[in-house]
Amino acid sequence: MLKLEQALIVQDDFRLLADFTLEPARNYAVIGPSGAGKSTLLAAVCGFVPLASGRLLWDGRDITQDAPGARPMTMLFQDNNLFPHLDVLQNVGLGLRPDLRIGTAERDKVMEALARVGLADYTNAKPGNLSGGQQSRVALARVLVQARPLVLLDEPFAALGPALRNEMLDLLKDTIAQTGAAMVMVTHAPEDVRRIADEVIFVEGGQAQAPRPAAALMDDPPPELRAYLG
Amino acid sequence: MAQGVVAINPVTISPKTGISAALMVLALILLALGAVLSRAEAGAGLGVADWAAIRFTVLQAACSSVLSVLLAVPVARALARRRFVGRAALVTLLGAPFILPVIVAVLGLLTVFGRSGWLNSGLEALGLPAVSIYGFHGVVLAHVFFNMPLATRLLLQGWQSIPAERFRLCAQLRLTPRAMFRAVELPMLAQIVPGALALVFVICLTSFAVALTLGGGPRATTIELAIYQAFRFDFDLGRAALLSVVQLALAGGVALFALRFVPVITMGGGLDRVMPRWDARADVQRVMDALVIGFAAGFLLVPLAAVILRGVMGLPAMPATVYLAAGTSIAVALSSIIVLLALALPMAGWIAGRKGGGLEAVGLLGLAASPLMIGTGWFIVINPYADPFDFALPVTVLVNAMMALPFALRILVPPMRDAVETFGRLSAMLGVRGWALWRILLLPRLRRQIGFAAGLTGALSMGDLGVIALFADPDRVTLPLQMVRLMGAYQMDAAAGAALVLLVLSLGVFWMCDKGGRGRAEA
Repeated sequence: MLKLEQALIVQDDFRLLADFTLEPARNYAVIGPSGAGKSTLLAAVCGFVPLASGRLLWDGRDITQDAPGARPMTMLFQDNNLFPHLDVLQNVGLGLRPDLRIGTAERDKVMEALARVGLADYTNAKPGNLSGGQQSRVALARVLVQARPLVLLDEPFAALGPALRNEMLDLLKDTIAQTGAAMVMVTHAPEDVRRIADEVIFVEGGQAQAPRPAAALMDDPPPELRAYLG
Repeated sequence: MAQGVVAINPVTISPKTGISAALMVLALILLALGAVLSRAEAGAGLGVADWAAIRFTVLQAACSSVLSVLLAVPVARALARRRFVGRAALVTLLGAPFILPVIVAVLGLLTVFGRSGWLNSGLEALGLPAVSIYGFHGVVLAHVFFNMPLATRLLLQGWQSIPAERFRLCAQLRLTPRAMFRAVELPMLAQIVPGALALVFVICLTSFAVALTLGGGPRATTIELAIYQAFRFDFDLGRAALLSVVQLALAGGVALFALRFVPVITMGGGLDRVMPRWDARADVQRVMDALVIGFAAGFLLVPLAAVILRGVMGLPAMPATVYLAAGTSIAVALSSIIVLLALALPMAGWIAGRKGGGLEAVGLLGLAASPLMIGTGWFIVINPYADPFDFALPVTVLVNAMMALPFALRILVPPMRDAVETFGRLSAMLGVRGWALWRILLLPRLRRQIGFAAGLTGALSMGDLGVIALFADPDRVTLPLQMVRLMGAYQMDAAAGAALVLLVLSLGVFWMCDKGGRGRAEA
């Protein structure tokens, strides 16, 4: 589905090389030490960081130069996933119409997505009046309506407490499974990996390693991963 | 990004419109400059009177800035460390002279310090000789009236940027007030004072309306006034041109140099915080602070009160022309706001999208290029093709917008940068760009600052007495010009009435825009 072909990211003395392929409808976890470049890898895939060399191929089509919004993927950031001055309906609607002209058809889709994440009654609320968990749900609803085949997540629930976080992870996994999309999630927590990931991309020493099956890897980690996991 | 290894740089605001706007501003100034230069006679050189004007301009600007800042230091210090009833109102009032029409303030100062003003009446009653407000010290007095409050606000920001821990530490160490001043306050002053001095100096360099009303004559003429006189009375375009070039070089040079120091202009948020201090508890200090604050408040309030008192009494004496002029002024002010926003918003977007901040210099040109030079230049450009007087109001609108541009950029760029940094990635990811980016992200996020900048522009434009004085004819008169004419005809009651109308309009347009920007405060 998405092929990273000798993709090299260079900024100042930071280098990261990635060369692997992501398959449809799989859940990938990206783990590795702080500063290894997990977030940067996602940013490069999404188009926020240019590649120094190499290509990104989507089903064989070169998308290396495409603008972030034009790529067949969407991303949830650590924070600032919602515009605070827009209400819930508008924030989700942006996933369908970047010009915010939300007609009846779009509205129905948004309402459906909000119902799926349990926020049907909050269409006119502003993000500032929602709890952290509810804000995450709004962002998830937008991922739902966008229905892109690849969803990138950069520690999206880092600010939530453990219970809420697990709840959101389960909701996330269900939601993504329903849309049939693939997911790549940066995380610090090994238990997250076990909870949602099929495969693990380990980032360390200037290289993003090719995905390996999660369960086997976590049960019997190689030395460098063992050093990281502790 | 948790690690922050790599700078994420979503280029979302298209720089094209911003660059075009900046080029338009540049073209407007350069075309005027070119026209002026084409008429400047190299051989003629600067005469004795011209040199006198240059000397006077620099000298009064230097005196005004030093006095303004020097007086502002104790006032800001007292305000920073005292809590009293009306403090918030006084701090707000300190912002007023900036949007107060010059000519209105001059009328207030004349009422208090003028030949038959309140001060001289008092002196006469005591058998003391009268003081004159005209000439060098009158010009300086008016400039201090305008700029001391501005400097006070800048310094107050400085004081409040000092972390409370410093004061606590000083109290712990039992530093004497003098030691504390040297350890904590002096370093802050060393940072803020040069910027405040430079800003006031530049503002006073291009002073026209004050010099027109309180100065004049061979000993108290600014360059700006000399340009006006050369143009208006002698119709000596060559001399006006030459003086314009001198003005541009002088003010432009200083402004470019000053840009590095000029502090960010905030909307006054946070100025109402009072630092708990332990070093100023002696009675002497209390009394001193009270005196300083009382003096500053009086210096500000008495002339304003004079305008209002006289204005109310003068309202019935106003001729109908005042209302016509008021209508014109409102139209000019509203047009200036539109032009300013059309220029400043794209420019701010362009500047905010770039890493360095040096581009703001383009906006500063509006401060350096004298309005009268631009007026003179465009007169020369338009003259062969049409009657320049038909263009008096459009040129006034453009020049007013440009005068406000440097301030507007100072207000708009930081929040613009903030909005891009915080929500740029999200917008890019959602494919929000172009006009939608402005509509969905930038305009809503910058609502307050846009309202503030618009209000500032409207008030400045409403009270501006510059280009319009050059182009004036009986049919196209703005309210400030009408006021000057009434004063010139010694119809002081009518002028006072007009001053009150102008005051209400200026403050009104500012208040409405600022209020509109604050609107439904949320998020």
